Amino acid sequence: MAQNPNRPVSPHLQIYRWGPHMAVSIFHRVTGFVLATAGMLTLLWWIAAIAGGPESYATFQSYVVSAGAEASGTQVAINWLFRLVGLAVLYSFFQHLFSGIRHLLMDLGAGYELKTNRTWSIAVFIAALTATALVAMLVASRFMGA
Amino acid sequence: MGNGTNLGRVRGLGSAKHGGKHWLDQRLTAVGNLLLTSWLVLSWLWLPNFDYETVTAWLAQPAVAVPMILMLINIFWHVRLGLQVLIEDYVHDEGNKFAALTILNFYVVGAAAFGIFMVAKHAFTGAPA
Repeated sequence: MAQNPNRPVSPHLQIYRWGPHMAVSIFHRVTGFVLATAGMLTLLWWIAAIAGGPESYATFQSYVVSAGAEASGTQVAINWLFRLVGLAVLYSFFQHLFSGIRHLLMDLGAGYELKTNRTWSIAVFIAALTATALVAMLVASRFMGA
Repeated sequence: MGNGTNLGRVRGLGSAKHGGKHWLDQRLTAVGNLLLTSWLVLSWLWLPNFDYETVTAWLAQPAVAVPMILMLINIFWHVRLGLQVLIEDYVHDEGNKFAALTILNFYVVGAAAFGIFMVAKHAFTGAPA
């Protein structure tokens, strides 16, 4: 049945103007997925490498941390890939952490006023990006010889 | 569906009445994750380095192995609840949804069992010489 174009249409995602509260909600889901997959699989690999002995720990390090001074081009590329994944997981961790705290506070019934909600949503992004930048700089200064 | 037949009532046409527990478990595991992942991050910052000798000695301690196992249980429980909601929201085909939920359950139980076993093995047997 053809739709009469003059009928009013219920507003949907593409009609609403995007706001920080919508962004923080979808980011919570995306970052949760990143942590559940890339984050946890890398953590499990690290734990298994510790339990597996010095050789398996060295293998983990050669992929994830650094393949050393005589690394081939492929190995260096893999290292940088893992650094990118690491950065994504790090940001996902803080975004999901602060967004999760926001959700717990809202579960208590607080923060539903329009302005407060908007402020908290923006604060989540700022806090997550700041924490990510601080930890990334700390890790880089400690482990990348900068 | 009203007061349909007994078969009609159990065919997934209404609430399973487990939503409240799901919601509450999600929050409880969230608070657990807050504590346990904070512990992990602070412990990592506390480590002098990430050499093999350092991390093997670190993970073998009961005060590290136990919270690590608790964290794995708590995280994968939270993952199961959270990704279940994602699948239910975005996978609309019943067959694909069933497959995705099955894979999710296999993943979280398998991954948690693997991680717990590895921590326990390391803590009980120590570092291989």
